[in-house]
Amino acid sequence: MTDTLTPTTAGGAVPVAPVAAPPRRFHWTPGLVTGLALLSLVVLIGVVAPFLLQDQADALGERAASPSAEHWLGTDQSGHDMLARSLVATRLTLLMTIGATALAVVVGVVAGTTVWLLPRRGRELCLRVIDTMVAFPGLLLALVVAAILGAGALPAVVAIGVAGVPTFARLTANLAAQVSQRDFVSTARLLGVSDRRIVSDHMLPNMAEPLLVLAASTFAQSLTAISALSFVGLGVQSPQYDFGKLLNDALPSLLAGRPEQSVGPAVLIVVTGLASMLVGDGLAAAADPRSGRRNASAALRTAGTSLHPDVDAMVRVENLVVGTTAGKPLVKGISFSIARGEIVGIVGESGSGKSVTAMSVARLLADGLEASAATMRLDDLDLLRPVDPTVMAQTVSLVYQDPGSTFNPALRLGTQLTEVLRSHRGKSRAEARSIVLDALRRVHLTMPEKRLGQHPHELSGGMRQRAMIAAALTTDPKLIIADEPTTALDVTVQAEILRELKRLNRETGTAIMFISHDIGVVRELCDRVLVMNSGEIVEEIDADRLDVATAVHPYTRALLAATPSLTERVGDLPVVDWRAEAARAEEARVAPATSVTTPKES
Amino acid sequence: MTSTIEGRPGAGGATTAPAPGTTPGGRPSDASRPARRGRSPWIDFAGRRALGLVGTFAALVVLSFLIVQLIPGDPAVALAGADASVDEIEALRVSLGLDQPIWTQFANYLVQLAQGDLGTSFQYRQPVSTIIANRLPFTATIALIGIAVVLIVAVPLGMWVGVQTRGGRKRWLDTAFGAVTGLLDSIPGYIMATILVVLFALGVGLLPLFPPAYNARAGAVAYVLPIAALVIGPICTISRVVRRETAVVLENDYVRTARGWRLTPVALHLKYVLPNLLTTTLTLSGLILSGMLGGALIIESVFALPGLGTGIIKAILDRDFPVIQGMVLVLGMIAALVNLLVDVVLGLIDSRTLGGRND
Repeated sequence: MTDTLTPTTAGGAVPVAPVAAPPRRFHWTPGLVTGLALLSLVVLIGVVAPFLLQDQADALGERAASPSAEHWLGTDQSGHDMLARSLVATRLTLLMTIGATALAVVVGVVAGTTVWLLPRRGRELCLRVIDTMVAFPGLLLALVVAAILGAGALPAVVAIGVAGVPTFARLTANLAAQVSQRDFVSTARLLGVSDRRIVSDHMLPNMAEPLLVLAASTFAQSLTAISALSFVGLGVQSPQYDFGKLLNDALPSLLAGRPEQSVGPAVLIVVTGLASMLVGDGLAAAADPRSGRRNASAALRTAGTSLHPDVDAMVRVENLVVGTTAGKPLVKGISFSIARGEIVGIVGESGSGKSVTAMSVARLLADGLEASAATMRLDDLDLLRPVDPTVMAQTVSLVYQDPGSTFNPALRLGTQLTEVLRSHRGKSRAEARSIVLDALRRVHLTMPEKRLGQHPHELSGGMRQRAMIAAALTTDPKLIIADEPTTALDVTVQAEILRELKRLNRETGTAIMFISHDIGVVRELCDRVLVMNSGEIVEEIDADRLDVATAVHPYTRALLAATPSLTERVGDLPVVDWRAEAARAEEARVAPATSVTTPKES
Repeated sequence: MTSTIEGRPGAGGATTAPAPGTTPGGRPSDASRPARRGRSPWIDFAGRRALGLVGTFAALVVLSFLIVQLIPGDPAVALAGADASVDEIEALRVSLGLDQPIWTQFANYLVQLAQGDLGTSFQYRQPVSTIIANRLPFTATIALIGIAVVLIVAVPLGMWVGVQTRGGRKRWLDTAFGAVTGLLDSIPGYIMATILVVLFALGVGLLPLFPPAYNARAGAVAYVLPIAALVIGPICTISRVVRRETAVVLENDYVRTARGWRLTPVALHLKYVLPNLLTTTLTLSGLILSGMLGGALIIESVFALPGLGTGIIKAILDRDFPVIQGMVLVLGMIAALVNLLVDVVLGLIDSRTLGGRND
């Protein structure tokens, strides 16, 4: 790093480092409040108890006495009051724990940032060493340090502190790697700020939050680990005593059948550990913007009455209403039907309710959504009543939007593609395999035998989508629901997949419900189109009549007008204010307005 | 400018750190490398991990050698004890070779180890290897059975809770599970051991079913309480991890795909959720599982089990350094083997995790 600029000028020119995350409200979870309250209580005991109870803790009374009004927790073998001793021990335990935690934090953070500042090879070597140490049980490391330094309070602090260093160094190095990728660090580097200043001024403040969370959990672990060392006799030595030492002294009584003596130190260790763990978890939860999210389960129910039975339709939906369980409407009472062998497109912008409609038909509503309908039939199946999963699996197949995530990454394609055949048709592995191979050939997937043995990540997105369509075909379904099957693919692959769907529809007569936001794609593929907006079907139109001239609803025309074609310059695409137009149309009623407003393009 | 920060300090080494190709929840990132080149990824894995074990062993040899060298002050004085005469100290210094240059001492240590000789205990005048061989079975029994019990209990428990509470269902179960596991989790193993002794050995409030301390005549029953004390904490920790990961995995598109195939809940969860869940869980839990070895060492003290834990603690108090050195070597290698075992299981579940970490 060049140091030609003086630190002051460099520091002054550097943009202020933004905070680690967008500002958000701090969540005071009940756990965090409880933890802080308990921890404050323990700290208070640690501060006050030695002043008030030291004499009582040192006084000798009846030996090994049972709990009484005078000695609430009894006395130890020497006659010390156990309650007073437990409370007095809090200070030493806390001081040792703080010492060990501070050692782990300081050395760990220094080591982690230093490693990050090393040249590349040195850094990787150091990270490997740190990794090996992280994987090594901390207690074993502590025992090694205790073996070198001998038994005692200070050696125990050093031992537990050293044992906590690798984890801290690892986290710091990870965070440093993340933060160093951010723009403000690059800017500072470009401006010639020294490494040391980058670390202290720009990186550490941005790593403070996760480091604080880890420090809180390290405190909890150090407490139990230091107490463990004292408990086995390697920590605090007489006449000093901490929680672990008291527990160690109580062990003979415990095995002799007098557990009272263990109660004081055991309860205090658990309470202090629990408090610091609650604080750590609470801080972590407060730092997690996702926490506090809640929703509820999905449901499907009947509502209203059937209006016009249309016996020939393959799919018949009347008055479908879908909403969140919280009451937000997503689909507002739509009715439609799909004939045998028909390809029906549902178009609309994001949030128009098209996917929710499709998932209602497939009976796969997400958690937290609720659907009701007057009629919802798929051929002879009543979708409002419970349907046998085996029948459902063979009647409806689904093709989803993102081929990158629809297959389970841990399983081979063969396992997943044969799943429906094997679990619902009772096919043997070999039979299912040959059916799937046949389907893979039908969708023109190259080297089908090889694909079955591969994992999803070994295929391209287009290949995975072909495999998904093949899987959809294997059961000869009556309906294929394709939810934006081409959106995640590039244009040439998109065209191939569409051609494939169209061909399969012609060959097998399977009805297809095709969902897309791309009206151009829908016009190419579908027989009939439903245009959805804000949970309503605003227009139902034959695909070959789908153009600006024949479409009736302003929203349809707006969608059409917004579709680029190769003959248009992109700058010429109109931005259509269809809502205003729809409002005017509503006013005029008799003579629909025809003007298409074209605001000034930037 | 960015060339110096391109290196990936985030990628793990020869440990249980997450493989770069796997993000939490088991989703493949685009960076995941298909194991092509026509040969099994296990061969690369075996070679790399064998090298890793050799490296760990070398580090342990150096570490155990340094234990004596790093003793503050004059090691010979410290080893001879407080009431040793000057002659005794000098005699010890010569007999241990502490008067020789450090490299000669290290070379001698290596030669001795190469012959399979871990030295002789100061305290017992017995070969260290004999002491370790006598004590190893106790520690190995409770640690390995403990690890198995943890996985067998924690994974189904966490998964069941995760499935039951998915999408905000059964909030009472979520709350109760969080509270109970959180409370049990905060009780360290040696205090859990104390509680179990009170409840099940002394029979306070319950039946005295098990012996409070180890005795050879009790047989297998003597191991029940030590293993129980060892596993309760890790079961809580890992079942919480599993519960959270279940929620993450259930949100994934491929679970929706499998739902679209209308599998039975059992088939769906066992085949399409469990493997993805195990990958993250084992990655996150590897440290907890190998850390159980440390817990076992402490818990032995409560039950007076004559294992490596009580052995190394006694050796530290007695300043019996040959025993300490031998036990550090053996315990360190056991920890490394536990880590390796976790990674092998990970590889069996998802071969992508076998891919190189830093290459």
